This record gives sequence, structure tokens and C-alpha cells, in this order.
Amino acid sequence: MLTLIEKAIIVNSKGISKEPQDVLIDKGVIVKIGKISNPDAKVIEANEHYLLPGFIDLHCHLREPGQEHKETLETGIHSAAKGGFTSVVCMPNTNPVIDHAKIVEGILKEVKRIGLIHVFPAGAITRGQKGEELSDMLELKAAGCIALSDDGKSVQNSQLMRYALEYAKMAEILLMEHCEDATISKGMMNEGYYSTLLGLKGIPDIAETIIVARDIELARYLKTRIHFSHISSRRSVELIREAKAQGLQVTAEACPHHFSLTEKAVQGFDTNTKVNPPLRSREDVEAIKLALKDGTLDAISTDHAPHAQEEKELEFDAAPVGMIGFETALGLAVRELVEPKHITWSTLAEKMSSMPAKILGLDHKGEIAEGKDADLVLVDPKKEWIFTKEQIVSKSKNSPFIGEKLKGSIVFTMCNGKIVYQA
Amino acid sequence: MIGWKHGDLLELSDLSKEDIERVIETAKAFKEVSMRDIKKVPALRGKTVVMLFSEPSTRTRISFELAAKRLSADTLNVTVSASSLQKGETLLDMAKNIEAMNVDMIIVRHKSAGVPQILARELKPGVINAGDGCRSHPTQALLDLFTIQERLGRIDGLKVGIIGDVLHSRVARSNIYGLIKMGAKVTLCGPSTLIPPEIERQGVDVTYKLNEVVADADVLMCLRLQKERQEEKYLPSIREYVNAFGLTKEKLKQAKPDVLIMHPGPVNRGIELSAELADGVNSVILEQVTNGVAVRMAILYLLFGKKEKAS
Amino acid sequence: MTNSSKMMDQETVRRALMRLAHEILEKNKGIEEICLVGIRTGGAVLAKRLQQCIKDIEGVEVPLGILDITLYRDDLTTAHTQPILRETLIPFDLTGQKVILVDDVLFTGRTIRAALDALIDFGRPANIQLAVLIDRGHRELPIRADYVGKNIPTSIDDDVCVILKEANHNEDEVIVKKRGAQ
Repeated sequence: MLTLIEKAIIVNSKGISKEPQDVLIDKGVIVKIGKISNPDAKVIEANEHYLLPGFIDLHCHLREPGQEHKETLETGIHSAAKGGFTSVVCMPNTNPVIDHAKIVEGILKEVKRIGLIHVFPAGAITRGQKGEELSDMLELKAAGCIALSDDGKSVQNSQLMRYALEYAKMAEILLMEHCEDATISKGMMNEGYYSTLLGLKGIPDIAETIIVARDIELARYLKTRIHFSHISSRRSVELIREAKAQGLQVTAEACPHHFSLTEKAVQGFDTNTKVNPPLRSREDVEAIKLALKDGTLDAISTDHAPHAQEEKELEFDAAPVGMIGFETALGLAVRELVEPKHITWSTLAEKMSSMPAKILGLDHKGEIAEGKDADLVLVDPKKEWIFTKEQIVSKSKNSPFIGEKLKGSIVFTMCNGKIVYQA
Repeated sequence: MIGWKHGDLLELSDLSKEDIERVIETAKAFKEVSMRDIKKVPALRGKTVVMLFSEPSTRTRISFELAAKRLSADTLNVTVSASSLQKGETLLDMAKNIEAMNVDMIIVRHKSAGVPQILARELKPGVINAGDGCRSHPTQALLDLFTIQERLGRIDGLKVGIIGDVLHSRVARSNIYGLIKMGAKVTLCGPSTLIPPEIERQGVDVTYKLNEVVADADVLMCLRLQKERQEEKYLPSIREYVNAFGLTKEKLKQAKPDVLIMHPGPVNRGIELSAELADGVNSVILEQVTNGVAVRMAILYLLFGKKEKAS
Repeated sequence: MTNSSKMMDQETVRRALMRLAHEILEKNKGIEEICLVGIRTGGAVLAKRLQQCIKDIEGVEVPLGILDITLYRDDLTTAHTQPILRETLIPFDLTGQKVILVDDVLFTGRTIRAALDALIDFGRPANIQLAVLIDRGHRELPIRADYVGKNIPTSIDDDVCVILKEANHNEDEVIVKKRGAQ
């Protein structure tokens, strides 16, 4: 069965098409791009909106198994599809932790049942994410893990992290590090003027940079690669920029909330502004934006972290960290980065699709080209919309952006040549 | 004098200079009431004031309770567990239950910063912050300002030293705002590990040398040092703290002879202050306690005036 | 549009107060155990003047107190703008005293009701008498004045303004402002 998307402005990481193009899809694969007329194809009119490669999220939490009151694979997948994501990497801090082949298989079975989009589980670096012994990396990879992470914490012990990197190199699996020195990070928000004002214990940026610096040194010494998750501070960006200039195999990502909000947002004690790493200073936000522009930061990830209302309706100290992110990622990226002309639409496609695909080794994804997978998202680039609680399809509603005006609205999301979300 | 427009007192920085002056002026009248034989006036007859305390704080609670009772309000004490998670009931649930019983004012003390804000946002009755985490303790700062004004006749132009664990002190945070707003010059002094980052941006000076503060201060405000700070590794030892930052008669020799010594209580005698100084002629510690009741009466009176108008 | 008429001037106020002083002394057969308590703010000023009048007559200064009745008002939490609270200054024991309560205008009687409650909280006077400069009628409570400077019949929504020199005015005046009158 053939599908023909007619009159789309095609946005790839390399550029944006001058004229509207038609895209012919067969069995989930893009077979032809150009001026096409095919009487057998089912036609989808794109109305000269922007067609981007489906977004690929390097970092999200789908909570299943174990925390289905926050999110299930099913609700999470629908939320991701609504946000234009066709592939997501889900973190292993579930209950039980994804540190065993059986758990990976269980997740993949459920994902297959749901269909819709691709979900790639990340396994734990250490068993139970306890930071004590390595997980069975070869087994995890064989079961379907695309990467490894102890997300929520760093591997604190440098010796163990060394072994993890060495072993992962052999296993040919990507390590993603959540950078946080736990001995210096016990706090509620970014350390600085606002933490002083609000009387909340601060988390200094060095909690992140100490681990970034350590891991860069490890990667240099071991001649291996590493990926840094949700980078939040100016100094981390500088370290990564320097490492890249020296030719080290370092990649990194940032989240929309870290370029859209500063620590000032915590002032009203809205627990939805409590995230880890914390919202940082204006200076850090500007550095993140610049790093996305100059390529120091390769990708935009969501760190979609659902929490139930009763969990967030607590004192600031007691509330868990995290906010949902799938459904606001594009709107925030357009509002904060593309609209003010920090980056182009092509760079946006690079950050949200082609680079994540490269980092994950998904060769058939991340670009709109003949022979590539028909994972696509059609965006009305001019449309402004208000993000309301009622329209959220994630099971949890913990977002500090509710009520805000966003720009760039998703018309439909297509995965494997099938529409999986339609506005 | 302009009108009072606040229905809640969440943090001191919600109040303007005129508001603070109004509180001080009103507290003066209430101090007279507290001196009477019959210390009760019918102003808040029929009103219900609930005290929601998650931290044991006998002094502040008694002070508020006395203030409310002297205004003829009915008072109710509710102790909440430090973390609402323990009972599986959120703080908000608890507060909404209390609200449903038609109370008129909630006075809240909580170990988590921001709780008064959260309650004020969600509830109809007025909310008074009786201390939240390390953040804010507005009535303490107001009674300190009242005490200084009463004793020295002014606040504007005074030099005030705040000594000790500023990092964990809500009293310090509120006083810094209030003192600067009223025109005083504030210098902080304490161990470097207990001075919060970027505090200078609030317009204060910082020194680590006690003698520099003592020498030209009109007021010395000592902060309570929690003994746990040593276990948390902020300090090498209490002994070293006392030597470097504890006020003694000896160290006070270079101070102005009529310098006021203040402390929010309870005093760790021999740590922040020697017993001799705590009980000495320069100390106004007990006067602070007396004035606390008057200031809290003033706050209740002013807030109630506003709340009713809104409904 | 308001239409105001002057009901008393400097001289008539002075004479009225002097007469009140004489009446107080006559009724109480001297100054024995007499004290004056003025209600803030107008009454307090008038009480101070009465104290001087009595001194001019008898050569003795009777005790003087100032009462703020704000906390005893029955409209405290419903009033449109909250009154500014001032200190009550009664530096003597009221018990056994004949208290002359002084106010500028007697109207509904509610202020006097509040003042009576307040005074009782300060002690147990032998008796309380009421002296006012103006009685404008329209009582809502069973209260009457023992000494009246001048009775002025008014309409319920008129404003009676007692303007006194102590409050930064050139001279004393009593003015009735008609509301709604053309």
C-alpha cells in the first residue's frame, strides 16, 4: 500500500527545500521524493507545512514496569507520538530496574503490542543502578538495549566507571552518563542568589561539571566514547567544547526546560519546577543555547519524567524531581531557539532527529531521503497555541509550562509509514 | 498613612516600608493593651485562628496563641508531621480539611520552605508564615525591628551586625530585608561555610572577623547555632566556633557602650552568647519576647481588617 | 453637590466648653474624684480643653486619659477602610472614679457603647458620665449625654464636621454638610 504526502516543505539537517515536494512511501520506507503523481497511492495533503524527520528522544522515562500510576508504556507512547517523536530511549530507573534481559523483553513485547512508535530501552550500567557492580551488558545488548545509563545518578566510583567504559567499548554499546557528584549535590535547586533568597539548599553546577570532567578524562585515557545526558551548566558546555576540539568521542544533549527556564521560575515554589539537574542561571541558559547553535551540544532530549499529582502536590522539599516533556519539546524549541533565530529549522531537525539517530546508530532514521524509514512529522511552523492541562495525553500533568503560549504545532506524526498521531 | 492591603503575611519582602511602619505603629498600641490589667480586647471575637505547626516551636506558638487570645479569637493547635508523606495525606489535603471547617486564619510553621505560599495559593483563609524552612520568618523580623525602633528611636542609618549561621537562618533572611528596607546598614559575620552564596547581592557586607562587626555596630543580632552543624561538617568544632564567633564580655569591650544585643531565642548560652551577656544590660532578648506578642497582635489585627473586606 | 452651613465658630465652641466645665463641676459638687477620658481623636482634644477650663475655674488639674475605641468597635472587620490603631493612654486607676467620657459628636451611640466596654476593662468607675460638644440625634442605642454643648438637628445622611485648631486648622468650626441637597 502506497502513501503519498503531497506538497510538503522538506526540512532536513542539511537544509530546507525551496519548493514543496511530494514524498512517496511504500511499506514504511521513503521510496521517492520530488514531483510525484501516483494514482494508486493514498494521498495526504501537507499544505506546504514543514515535513521533518520524526523526532528521536535520547532520554525519557516511561515508568513501566513498576510505576504505572505515573505513566504506562501505552500512555507514554501516545504522549511521545503527540509530541512528534517516532523513536524514544527510555531510562532504566523503573521498578525493577532494567538490568536484566527478561525485563527488556517484557518491555519490548508490550511496545510491540501497542505498536505506534519505536521504543528503545536503555539498560542500567550497574546492577540495580546501585553503583556497585556492572550489569550484564552483553546480555542487555542482545536483549535489545540500545544504550546504558544509571540515570538519576552517576556512577560515583571512578574505578567502576572505568570498567564500565572499557566493557561497554567491547560490547559496542553506548554509555550515557547522568552527571552528578552525589557528595556535593544534596539540594533542591541551583545554588546561587535565588537559593539564598528562597532558603532552599543549593545544588552547585560543579556537582555536574566534576563528573563531566572526570568522564572526559576517562574517555580520553580509554580512547572510547561517552554521551552526556541533560547538560545544564555553562561550565559543562565549556568542558565538552574543549574535549570535542581535541577530537575526543564525546556527545551531549540538553533539554528544553534548561534553555527555556531559569532558576527564577522556582520562586513561586511550584514543584513542577523541581528537576534534576536543576534549572540554572540566566548565564547557563545562554550557554546552553549557544552550545546547541555551535554544535557543542548535539541533541535536544526531553527528560520526560512523569509524576502523579499527589506526588507533586507536596512541600518543595518532599516533591520528586522531574517534569513531563514530550508534548512541549517542539513548541519550546521553536519559541526559544528558532523564533529568535538562534538556530534554523534545519538545525532543529539535526538536534531532534539526525544527531540522535547518529548517536544511537540508527542508520535508517533521522533524515528524509529515499531509502530511509518513513518516520516523519508534519509541523505547522507558524501556528501558536496555548499548552493546557486538558490537552495533555501523558498520564501525568506535571509541567511548569501549562498556560504558556508555544509556537509550531504538530499536524501529524507518522511512524513506519502510518499516521500515529493526528491533530 | 496609606491603606493596608495584605490578607496574608508570607514573607517580609511582601511588605513595603510604609507597611512595616504601620505594623510598628500598630504594635505600639497593642503593647499598651498587653500592659493592662485586663489584657483582652474584643476585636477578633468569633474568629477562629488555626496554628498548623510541623516543627516543635514552643515560643513562637505561645506568642501567636497569646496574641490571638488577647484579641478574643479562638485558637486551635494542629501538629502536622514533618513530612506529609508519612501518613499518605498531602499537606494540602490536611489544610483543605481545616479550611472546610470554616476557620478564618491559618498560622503555619513548616520545615519546608515555601509551604505558606502553597497554602495561601490554594486556601481562602488568610495565611501567616510563622517560619518556613531556612527561608522566612516575617513576624520575628518585625518584632526585631519594633524592638530596635522602640529602644533606639530609629532604624534608618543604624549599623546592624548579624552574627552566626546565616545559611540556615530564616530569621537572618527576613531581617536582612527588613533592616535594609528601613535604612539600616547590615553586616553579616560568621564562618565562611555558613554564609550563603551571593548574599551580598541583597545589599549586605560580609566579614569573617567578629571584631570588625562589634567595633561600630549599634545592634548585634546573634543567630542560634544548631549543634548538628558540626556533624554536618560545616564546622571543625563548636569550641572553635565559640572562640571565633561567640560574643563574650571581653569581645564586647571594643563595642559602643549602649550597643543592643539581640537573639531570636532560644539562646545556646556559652555558644552564641556568654550567659553574662545574655542577662546583661545590653541584652534586649526578653523584650523581644514581650514585643513579639504585640507585633503578632498587630499582624492579626491588620490582616483581618483586609480579609473581611475581600469577601 | 453638597451644601454646608457653619453651626459654631471659635467663640461659640469656647463658650460651650466653658459652660460644660461649669455644669460638670456643679453636678459633681466640685472636682473630687473626677477624671476626664477623651475618645480619640476629637474627644481627646476636647477633653484636654475641658481639663484647662476646669483648671481655670478651680485651679486644679484633674486626671486626663485618652481612649482609642477601635478594638471595641462592632464594625471592625466590616468597616470599609480599617482605622489606624493608636495607643490608649489612661495613666491612672479608674476604679472608684467619676469618669467624664468626652466625645465631639454624639450620633448613633455605637462609639459610646464601645467606649463603655473599653472603660470597664480598665477598672470599675464609681460612675461614667458623658459630655459631648454636639448631639445630632439619630440614636441607635439607649444612650444619652449628661452634658451637651449644642443640639443640632440633622438629617441621617448629613455629615457633621468638628474642626479643631489642634488638628492644624486656623480656627475651630462646626460644619454640617448636607448630602444630596442641591
